[in-house]
Amino acid sequence: MQPFRRHTGLVAPLDRVNVDTDQMIPKQFCKLLTREGYGRFLFYDWRYLPGEKPNPEFELNQPRYQGASILLTRANFGCGSSREHAPWGVADYGFRVLIAPSFADIFYNNCFKNGLLPITLPDEQVDELFRRTYAHEGYRLTVDLEQQTIADEQGLVLTFEIDPFRKYCLLNGLDDIGLTLQHEDKIRAFEEKHPVTPVQYDEVDMWSPERAAD
Amino acid sequence: MSGHRPRTMFEKIWDQHLVVETDTQCLLYIDLHLVHEVTSPQAFENLRLSGRRVRRPELTFATMDHNVPTDNPFDVRDPIARTQIQTLADNCRTFGIELADLESPDQGIVHIIGPELGLTLPGKTIVCGDSHTSTHGAFGALAFGIGTSEVEHVLATQCLWQTRPKTLKVEITGTRRPGVTAKDVILGLIARYGVGFGTGYVMEYAGEVVRGMTMEERMTLCNMSIEAGARAGLVAPDETTFEYLRGRRFAPKGADFERCVAEWRAIVSDEGAVYDKMVVFDVTDLEPQVTWGTNPGMSVNVSGTVPDPASFDNPVQRRAAEQALAYMGLEPGTKITEIPVQHVFIGSCTNARIEDLRQAARVVRGRRVAPGVRALVVPGSKRVKEQAEREGLRDIFVAAGFEWREPGCSMCLAMNPDFVPPGERCASTSNRNFEGRQGRGARTHLVSPMMAAAAAIAGHFIDVRELLRDDDTERGAEHGTAHSA
Repeated sequence: MQPFRRHTGLVAPLDRVNVDTDQMIPKQFCKLLTREGYGRFLFYDWRYLPGEKPNPEFELNQPRYQGASILLTRANFGCGSSREHAPWGVADYGFRVLIAPSFADIFYNNCFKNGLLPITLPDEQVDELFRRTYAHEGYRLTVDLEQQTIADEQGLVLTFEIDPFRKYCLLNGLDDIGLTLQHEDKIRAFEEKHPVTPVQYDEVDMWSPERAAD
Repeated sequence: MSGHRPRTMFEKIWDQHLVVETDTQCLLYIDLHLVHEVTSPQAFENLRLSGRRVRRPELTFATMDHNVPTDNPFDVRDPIARTQIQTLADNCRTFGIELADLESPDQGIVHIIGPELGLTLPGKTIVCGDSHTSTHGAFGALAFGIGTSEVEHVLATQCLWQTRPKTLKVEITGTRRPGVTAKDVILGLIARYGVGFGTGYVMEYAGEVVRGMTMEERMTLCNMSIEAGARAGLVAPDETTFEYLRGRRFAPKGADFERCVAEWRAIVSDEGAVYDKMVVFDVTDLEPQVTWGTNPGMSVNVSGTVPDPASFDNPVQRRAAEQALAYMGLEPGTKITEIPVQHVFIGSCTNARIEDLRQAARVVRGRRVAPGVRALVVPGSKRVKEQAEREGLRDIFVAAGFEWREPGCSMCLAMNPDFVPPGERCASTSNRNFEGRQGRGARTHLVSPMMAAAAAIAGHFIDVRELLRDDDTERGAEHGTAHSA
């Protein structure tokens, strides 16, 4: 995974609340077997008119937001389906940072697995960032994960909270399976005192001798 | 001593599965990993690339549901869908995972077959690459949806890193009126508190209304916990739970079962356990619900009207309501019962269990689907389908003009050939009315199975209680109220 330390980029606004993952990547694009190439499909139904012509009404299609890498949006971003195709699409489109008053749980977790930094800020600060984004064409932010700060070029500096473990993984681009397997001894010890019945057809028959009596 | 502090059911299950705990993160052990074709291929592929194996294939169970055509499951005409289904079969063979494939009598929607086969048991931790995994919480299992990277993580380690969620007790009180189902209760709850009110929480449903619910109803309730943003929903296991599980294929048998029942009784929340948040929801005045917008919180009583966006104080919510009405093609003030439907879908992991089909069939019996309405019944699993056929429900639906389909996710998410065309309306027993969910431009109204059946008959939304009253007048007290016992 690509590490995330510090990022400066153009901000694009998506002024909608409760944006769901069906909207990010509609189901017809969830049938692929790969993790790559979903950027083209991001926000498909909003972004394109029939025939895949860009919809000029859609915020992200405006020329001033081309090349944006920071998405500014509203509460409960990423609600609905657990599909990781959504953050794959967001990252492949070119976003590295998402800023919103809140994120849905599963989507939030999925972001960290894909080098995306979702930042939660209070409503008033998000409102202020929306105002500045609309007011200044080419509005850019610098996000420093190490310092946990967001700064613009006019002197605004905001701080944000992030779980230290997630921060550590993102800063170092760590694959957490490798990290988990460092706890192999603990997992094994747990398994020894925590038996679970197998869910396999032949096993279930072997495992329950009384079954014939039922 | 901390051991004597009263704990919630969530805390007990969580603590029982802790492998490692750091300041903010917990490594949780996973007892059951359910897998389907859509969110797993990239996980298996990465395992292969990194030379890893599945740590506990015997705690992993797979089926095919999302992509499966429900007219003929063996005729998958979409080549990409066919590849995805075949890939799951190949992966299960390679990694030694049990698979209920299209030929299996156990195949069906993953959240329907888990409970039906007794894979789902109280006190287990259960994950699946699907947000509606919250369904299994109806049994007192801690069950939640995960992304594909986490699917890979669980395959490789049988564990998952999680931040400890907060606890939210939802006490459901009052008396449900006839015709008010678990679906109406959960839609009403989300309408009251909003689609984000559960974010960061595990919700435990309690109160006399929940205690009186069947397992099917509890599953409907827990299924839509995710629509309130909650990581999981929980219902304390009780006699209803144990009766449901007794004799199920993978449930313990004989003396083992009785021993487990004793353990399961001990996982319920202690008297005096403290929750981070509590709400009380009285359902006495609740009517059957119909959604009017593009998220599950946008619902009203069937006797109500489409709200005016101007009535929302918050500008962000107001704009969301305006966008929703524009998408749905609805005017403020329109009576819900004046909204026509062209499609009716009875199915999905929310409402495709035997009891859902019985309730819908009760409304449909002796009636006809209105002209111009296309109505589908898609049983949730092969077993539900067979049982419904044995009970004569199929004949009731078919005689009324419904299509009777093979099990699968079908029109809930339209990843398969079942979808709603642009601009047309569907009364749907599924869980999401998002833009485009049932097809690009499709307009979804979420309702209970009885309300969907009633809409199919009338050709527009109608208070199902009117039909039930007519039945009661005609048939006397033979069928009692709309609740099943």
